Amino acid sequence: MSAANYTTTEMMTIAASRLLKNGAVCFVGIGLPSTAANLARLTHAPDIVLIYESGPIGAKPEVLPLSIGDGDLAERADTVVSTPEIFRYWLQGGRVDVGFLGAAQIDRFANINTTVIGDYKKPVTRLPGAGGAPEIASCAKEVVLVLKQSARAFVKKLDFLTSVGHLDGGDARKKLGLPGKGPVAVVTDLCLMQPDPVTRELTVTQLHPDVSREQVQKATGWEIRFASSVQQTPAPTEVELSILRDLLHRTAVAHGQAPAA
Amino acid sequence: MAEITSLQNAIRAHVHDGDTVAMEGFTHLIPFAAGHEVIRQRRKDLTLIRMTPDVIYDQLIGAGCAKKLIFSWGGNPGVGSLHRLRDAVERDWPKPLEIQEHGHGDLSNAYVAGAANLPFAVLRAYAGSELPKHNLNIRFIQCPFTGESLAAVPAIRPDVTIIHAQKADRKGNVLLWGILGVQKEAVLSAKRAIVTVEEIVDELNAPPNACVLPSWTLAAVCCVPGGARPSYAHGYYDRDNRFYQAWDNISRDRKTFLKWTKRHILETEDFAAFQAVLRETGKEQLV
Repeated sequence: MSAANYTTTEMMTIAASRLLKNGAVCFVGIGLPSTAANLARLTHAPDIVLIYESGPIGAKPEVLPLSIGDGDLAERADTVVSTPEIFRYWLQGGRVDVGFLGAAQIDRFANINTTVIGDYKKPVTRLPGAGGAPEIASCAKEVVLVLKQSARAFVKKLDFLTSVGHLDGGDARKKLGLPGKGPVAVVTDLCLMQPDPVTRELTVTQLHPDVSREQVQKATGWEIRFASSVQQTPAPTEVELSILRDLLHRTAVAHGQAPAA
Repeated sequence: MAEITSLQNAIRAHVHDGDTVAMEGFTHLIPFAAGHEVIRQRRKDLTLIRMTPDVIYDQLIGAGCAKKLIFSWGGNPGVGSLHRLRDAVERDWPKPLEIQEHGHGDLSNAYVAGAANLPFAVLRAYAGSELPKHNLNIRFIQCPFTGESLAAVPAIRPDVTIIHAQKADRKGNVLLWGILGVQKEAVLSAKRAIVTVEEIVDELNAPPNACVLPSWTLAAVCCVPGGARPSYAHGYYDRDNRFYQAWDNISRDRKTFLKWTKRHILETEDFAAFQAVLRETGKEQLV
């Protein structure tokens, strides 16, 4: 399949979905993480358990939710519990394998900012805030981040550290005593990054097809490291692409954003 | 026992200037009608609490009802920013807004502590985060048994909590279902609670373990059909996604927002009149 047949956003979503194992319990943020998690459920991971912070456990939405509490999430879930229960029994209780999150900014140790751009007291841009991310970043056994790569988002220093990744690297996170391992992968529209086993600094381990190292560097606010052997991400398969496009089309029709064909 | 009364009466009697008010509903059953009535009665200096301040709090903040916001995620779900909230935080319009921000797990725990009449909630989070530097209500304590460091936040005890639910019976017992968020905890942590409902019926026919709020835990129950629109009421109507998208344009500009609020909320008598005007202006937008 040639590069012209899919977009970089499709490659990102598909690469992220491949990281989720069948049967994993996955705490899903809205937007790209939710798209990738549902794609995994509809392709290689039919028994994945999707948890949304509004309360649905084992959600199997027919279309992607526009908000984190859409009725479709509740209709097709194994059960729906209250928000305190989701955070207390299911997340903090140690039952979540993967926290799947987005971010406005991340740094080289995969720490997350979703709070402000600029100074906290006089922000240039006030972002929505933490949501459930500080607790997910602390308690999920692993965290996977998915976001588009740009020098504005991948910054040398965060304007605000909302949710902790590997803090200052090395064993800094371990010293905090948090139960979860923290971020194990960052998936972008250009590549896949994973923390170095020792320094915990994000390292490019896979480049998506037709993406150069220069492109990745240009879209990163620090000197990005590459693994000693960088793999190429396998291109999307016909099956992955058609299931993703069907899902997005169904979603657009259901939310009144596209005519029913 | 809850008084079954009009929404106007309930807001007049139970929401006062300077009160701490929680309106909950996790994208489902958001008490829009009640929020509008608070704006209509021009309440001011409110401390507003809500896990997910979305369009209804954007309206309250833009209308100048709030002096402080306690929250964990402030956005227009599936659309983007809350422009009135941002304008207040970034440019002090229409007045400065003090903010106190938390995470969802933290704030939901704080409601549980309030409902349980405990002074604080405890959770495992925030190590490494900068939120505790800016919110002195997030602190750390040591577990007396294991020595583990844990985050602590004070219990939430609103003066008044307002929620929307599907049904009440004629005594004012309330039944709600679907995505419940923290509504039950928000009601039980408050000094007074107002519930708007889709309908009042002879029998709730609630199965055991259903989420029922007994009449004697509530101050007032008001029948307001459609009172959660443009959010949704499971089993009654769907979310009006087009309104959430339209809000992005209405709220972006101060003048457009003020004009919209005047015509739709301040100059309408109640939520039924609001919905009638909204249908008319919706048609105008299509022309």
